[in-house]
Amino acid sequence: MNGKTACSVLAWVLLTWAGATDLHAGESVFDQLGLDTHGYAELRGGVRLQNNPEESDASVLEARTQLELSKSTDWLDLKYKGDVWADGVSEQGEYDTRELWAFARPLDMLDVKIGRQILTWGTGDLVFLNDLFPKDWRSFFIGRDAEYLKAPSDAAKISLFTEICDMDLVYTPRFDPDRFITGEYISHWNGERVTGQDDTLDARTPDGWFEDDEIALRLSRTVSGYELAAYGYDGFWKTPNSRTDDGQATFSRLRTLGASLRGQMGQGIGNAEFAWYHSLDDSDGRDADIPNSELRYLVGYSREVVPDCTATLQYYVEQMLDYADYRGSSSDDSVRDEWRHVLTLQLVQLLMNQNLELALSAYYCPSDQDAYLRPTAQYKCTDHLTLEGGANIFLGEHRSTFFGQFENNTNLYLAVRYSF
Amino acid sequence: MHTFPKFIALTIMLAASVLAGLAAGAEELDADAIVRKANHASLYQGQDATGHIELTITDNQGRVRERKMTMMRRDENDNAEQQYYVYFLEPADVRKMVFMVHKHTAPGQDDDRWLYMPSLDLVKRIAASDKRTSFAGSDFLYEDISGRAITEDTHELIGETDTEYILESTPKRPESVEFSHYHAHVDKTTFLPMHLRFFKNGDRPYRTIDVTKVESIQVEENGQTVVYPTVTESVARDLESGSVTVMSFSRIGYNQGLAADLFTERYLRKPPREASR
Repeated sequence: MNGKTACSVLAWVLLTWAGATDLHAGESVFDQLGLDTHGYAELRGGVRLQNNPEESDASVLEARTQLELSKSTDWLDLKYKGDVWADGVSEQGEYDTRELWAFARPLDMLDVKIGRQILTWGTGDLVFLNDLFPKDWRSFFIGRDAEYLKAPSDAAKISLFTEICDMDLVYTPRFDPDRFITGEYISHWNGERVTGQDDTLDARTPDGWFEDDEIALRLSRTVSGYELAAYGYDGFWKTPNSRTDDGQATFSRLRTLGASLRGQMGQGIGNAEFAWYHSLDDSDGRDADIPNSELRYLVGYSREVVPDCTATLQYYVEQMLDYADYRGSSSDDSVRDEWRHVLTLQLVQLLMNQNLELALSAYYCPSDQDAYLRPTAQYKCTDHLTLEGGANIFLGEHRSTFFGQFENNTNLYLAVRYSF
Repeated sequence: MHTFPKFIALTIMLAASVLAGLAAGAEELDADAIVRKANHASLYQGQDATGHIELTITDNQGRVRERKMTMMRRDENDNAEQQYYVYFLEPADVRKMVFMVHKHTAPGQDDDRWLYMPSLDLVKRIAASDKRTSFAGSDFLYEDISGRAITEDTHELIGETDTEYILESTPKRPESVEFSHYHAHVDKTTFLPMHLRFFKNGDRPYRTIDVTKVESIQVEENGQTVVYPTVTESVARDLESGSVTVMSFSRIGYNQGLAADLFTERYLRKPPREASR
C-alpha cells in the first residue's frame, strides 16, 4: 500500500466510524450534516477448481466495506461512494473511489454531471459495442458483484434535451482504460504463452491531461416506445492490444461510430446494435502491432418465458476489416479469424417471493471454440443480509482465444453481505 | 281543506318521480358501468398523483420484509394511457433503483417497462408479457398496482347490498391468467373496490385483497376544491402460501401538474427531487 492509499484508507475508516456512530448515539455526524448515508460490509472468498501454476489458489479473498454519502442542495447534488477492502490475493489493503461527483441542472434543458462516475449506454446485455466506458472484467471474472463490471470514469457528462433528440456528451480529459486482465488475479495469454502473477502485464497508458482525452457522444430519441440512438467515440482501444516499437503493450487510437434500436417485439424486447471501430493508427490494417478496424453487430431478444423467469438471447459478431493485410503481416500461429461469432444466453429465475435469484450468463463462441459460463445464486435472508454463491467457468480448445486463455481460472465463490 | 290533500298529492308525485328517477339511475348502472367507475376511482383520480408506498410483507413463518418507495403517476388521457414512476427507498439492495411504466390500454399492446440500476448506470428494458407476477416480492401483483385493463374480462353484477355492488369478472383469455374468475365488492358511494376475491375454480378464494383504510383527500381540480376518496391501506393475502402484504399509501398529492418528460430516460437516470425525498 503506498502513502496515498494509506491516507485514503485512514480517512475512509474515520468516515465509516463517524457514520456508524448513529447505531448507538441516534444522530450521526453525517445526519447532522444532512448527508444520506448507506453502504455495506461484505466477506467474499473463492477458489480455483483446478491447479493453476501461475496464480494463487484463492481466486478472490476479501473483506470489503462500501460507504455511500449523498447530499442534495437547491443547486447541486453531491455523491461520494468508496470501497476499502483487505485483499487476500494481492495481500494488500486497497481503496477505490467509485463515485465522487456533482450534478447540476443549470437550465431546464441541460444536465451536467462532473467528477468520478459510472457511465453506461447501449442496448447489449453484458455485451458492449458503443459503450466505450471503462469495464472491469477482472472483477467480473473472479466473482465480485456485477456492479464492479463497470469501472468509474473521471469525466464531465453534459446532457442536452431538445424536441428533436437528447444529446449526451461525455468528455474524459485523461484516458480511462478498462481494468484489463494483467495476470495479477487471472492468468492470461500474453501473445506467446499463458502468464500470471509472476509476469504481470505492464502496459504503457497514454496519460496526458487534455491530450490523451476521450470524447463520447450519444444522440437518442424514443419514438412510440422504440428507443433509437446514434453514437460516436474518439479515444483509444480500451485494452492494451497494441505494441510499441520496443514491444511493450500499449493502447492505440480508436474512433467509433454506431447506432442502436430497442423496443417491444411480440411478447418481448428486441434490440439491435451496430458499431464501426476505426483503428486510427492502422487504418489500412498493415501494422501487425496494432489491431485492425472492425465492424461489430448485435441482435438480441428478451422475454419472460414463465412467470418470474426471463431469458435473453443475443448474437454478437465481430468482423475484422482488411483481413488479408492482417494475415499478410501476422506471423505467429495464433492468428485471429476474420469473423468472431458469440452467442449469449442470460437466464434469471426469481423464486421464494423474489428472495432467491438463480441466474446464468453464458457466452459461447463457435468460431473460437470457447465458452464462458457464470451461474449465480443469491438469497436475501433478510432486508439487510444477502448470501451469494456462483462460479466462473471458462472452457476452450485453444489457449489463445478470448475465453480459452482463462480456462485455468475457473472458480467458485461465496459471499455474505450486510447492507445498511 | 283543499290545500292539504293537494299538498300531499304533490309530495307523493314528487317523491314518486324522484324514486323513479333514482331507480332508473340505478338500473343504468350495469356491470360494465360500475366497473368503469371503479376503474376510474381506483386508478384515474386527478390528472396526476404522488405519494409514499410502504409494503410490509409477512411470510407464513412470521418473517417480515419491508419495501419503501415513492410513486408518481400521470394520466396521458383519462381512463386510458398512464405513466408510472417508482423510486425505491428501501431495502438497501434496491435503494435508488427506478421502475418506470408507460401503461397502454389498447387490446394486445403491452406496457413499456424500464428499470434503472444506479450502481451500473444501466437503463434496462423489461419484457412485460406477464403482468401477473409479484410486485417487488410482495403479494401484490404488477396488475394490482397499475390496474387490469377492464376489457380483459367480462363483468357481471351478481349481487348488491346497501353499501356495495358485487361483481363477478371472468377473463376473456383464461389461458393468460392464473385465476378462473374474481369477485369485486365495489362501494356504492366512492366506487372503490373494497374487497377482491380471486378464485381458481371452485368456491374457495386463493388470493384476496381488502381495503382497510380510505381517506378523503382534498384537492384542487379546475380551480375548485373537491374530495378524492383514496385508499391509504390495503392488504393482499396469498391464501396458498400464507403470505400477507400490507400496503400503505401516504403523503398523497394530486393534480400537481407533473410534466410528461418526468417519465423519460432523463429522469430515470437522475430522479426528480420529488421522488428522492
